[in-house]
Amino acid sequence: MDRTDVISTLKNKLPGVELLSVAQPYPDELRIKVEARHFKQTCLALHTFLPSPIMMQFGSDERAAAGCFTVTAVFVHIRSAQWVSVTVDIPPGAPGFDSLSTTIHSASLFEREIREMFGIEPRGNPDLRRLHLHDEVWPQGNFPLRKDFRQPQPGALSGYIFTRVEGDGIFEVPVGPVHAGIIGPGHFRFSVAGEPIINLELRLGFTHRGVEKLFEGKTCADAVRLSECVSGDSCFAHSLAFAQAAEKICGATIPAQAAYLRAIFLELERMYNHAGDIGGMALDVGFSFPAAHASLIKEAILQLNEQLTGSRYLKKVNAAGGVAADMAAAKRALLLATLKRLKTDFQELVKSLYASASFMDRVDTTGVLRRKTARDLGVVGLVGRAAGIPTDLRRVFPGVHREAQFKMALQESGDVLARLRVRVFEFEESCRLIETFVGKLADGQTTGVEPQLKAGSGLGYVEGWRGPVLYWLKIDSAGLIERCKIVDPSFHNWPGLAYAVLGNIIPDFPLCNKSFDLSYSGNDL
Amino acid sequence: MLNILKSRLIKGVVTRTIEPAQAQEIAALGAELESLIHKRFRRSLAIREVDTGSCGACESEIIAANNPIYDLQRFGIQFVASPRHADALLVTGPVSRNMLTALKSTYDAMPAPKFVITCGDCALDGGVFKDSYYVAGAVKAILPVTLHIPGCPPSPLSILRALVAFLKR
Repeated sequence: MDRTDVISTLKNKLPGVELLSVAQPYPDELRIKVEARHFKQTCLALHTFLPSPIMMQFGSDERAAAGCFTVTAVFVHIRSAQWVSVTVDIPPGAPGFDSLSTTIHSASLFEREIREMFGIEPRGNPDLRRLHLHDEVWPQGNFPLRKDFRQPQPGALSGYIFTRVEGDGIFEVPVGPVHAGIIGPGHFRFSVAGEPIINLELRLGFTHRGVEKLFEGKTCADAVRLSECVSGDSCFAHSLAFAQAAEKICGATIPAQAAYLRAIFLELERMYNHAGDIGGMALDVGFSFPAAHASLIKEAILQLNEQLTGSRYLKKVNAAGGVAADMAAAKRALLLATLKRLKTDFQELVKSLYASASFMDRVDTTGVLRRKTARDLGVVGLVGRAAGIPTDLRRVFPGVHREAQFKMALQESGDVLARLRVRVFEFEESCRLIETFVGKLADGQTTGVEPQLKAGSGLGYVEGWRGPVLYWLKIDSAGLIERCKIVDPSFHNWPGLAYAVLGNIIPDFPLCNKSFDLSYSGNDL
Repeated sequence: MLNILKSRLIKGVVTRTIEPAQAQEIAALGAELESLIHKRFRRSLAIREVDTGSCGACESEIIAANNPIYDLQRFGIQFVASPRHADALLVTGPVSRNMLTALKSTYDAMPAPKFVITCGDCALDGGVFKDSYYVAGAVKAILPVTLHIPGCPPSPLSILRALVAFLKR
């Protein structure tokens, strides 16, 4: 199914719907515009026949240029490797649109976000509570992503209403926002009947810093530094997604050397996080030896990153147009030698976990996220692959990964063990990918081009270690950013955690949580 | 179990063997830190960490400072689960409005004498987020801060260096 097939299928399914415009600004983006009254049925049709969850949904304030707001929903079509977006214009007087959330669950959180940031009402969404702007501190009626927002105006404050589970012997256990460990803040409210958890409500947003607004008015060069601070353990994936969006808009083609280097760094980021998480899972069941062993692997990769790029977290490497790092022969040798050592260390780590009956007993069938639930929630990335959803952007949009014959991890059981196995597989696959890419590097190649500034919009996307990191970027004619919408995979996957823990006991929550290891800051933005 | 024992014997004590040059610095700084903590805090300095909106990189480095290579704990520094057990509060991140109350309550829950350390460029003045509509202001405008550890994020070694320099004053 290619582009024309998507459009003709859509027209067949929706005889009464007129597509106002269909555009394909880039080979991997298909943009459809419809009337507001047709938004819901168009999205529903795409959701079912592509099939795709809502990968991204966002508002934009176009009142200055076009006299309206817009709302866009983005889907991914795996077979034709393209992103399909549906946009509607929304007139500014009492702005609103028909909510998708009762039929497409993955739209639910995005709609709440659009409502609090723009004051655009998702009509029919049963849950209108604010996500990031907490009612206790942010007065009603202030919409920070509107262009005319300056300072918050005084207004009524209120509170947050948690879902209550009531009945004989039901207890509520509130945890957070400040947790016992060295970790980000969030509030978890458990309802338990005896030991098992029967409901978990997550209240996040505690690390909201207004990131999307800060992007506005910045040049690409400044913004790429900001994108590195969106989620600290995914600095490279975020800056890469941003840089790719900017390069797409500017029509810049990056040199092959830069593409290989980016692929190498992306895999290094995946490796240090996977190693850290595997250790975290061991630690959360009290198995401290492998945990210490894993933290050594993580530390070795961080030190390797520093030797290769000058930054343990691969900061200041990406730029719009390429990478500001090269890898001469000596560094390549260092990288390969370190990988060789790490592979042995990693095999030892995995062996000590798989050989421990008490560890396996704790992770097997714990925190099961069923495939159907994961699909309904629109869960993505690593957690999705552990629950039998075979999606990895490195396979859908292979780029240089095609040359390395990338192999995707996939598990069916959706439990902690499945998420552990996906990580183990991906760590080893990342080693292999890096070795292949290093073989393609050469000395004295250019690693960047100077992008020609152009106005326009585009989507940048990367399969980070958690899953797809998406940046939708709009640049004005002066080269300044007009709107930047960021979706970290954590935003899709936090609701999955709330389902995975059901029926488990609270002492297993840290383990379930670590097996997801979602970002607070990437979610809260 | 045999695997573990074998691996343990082969690896030895990693804190001493990993990177000779670095290991020397860690050991030298550590010895100094240990004697300072011994003198000033009667053997242990208990730290409670609070994230007020950081990107998570500072947390990652603080955790790394406790890995077997740096292993701050052997010098007398403990990261504790409750503010009630803490001598110092280690704050990361620009203060998000949503975390303002939690930050103050955590500080209030600590027994005196107590002091506050900020970690990372965001905690100093908001860093890249300082102009945001949702940043409540620098930590030092909210709590009395005695030490700042610069960096984005500060590496485990620079955390160690900053602590030694501070305690020597």
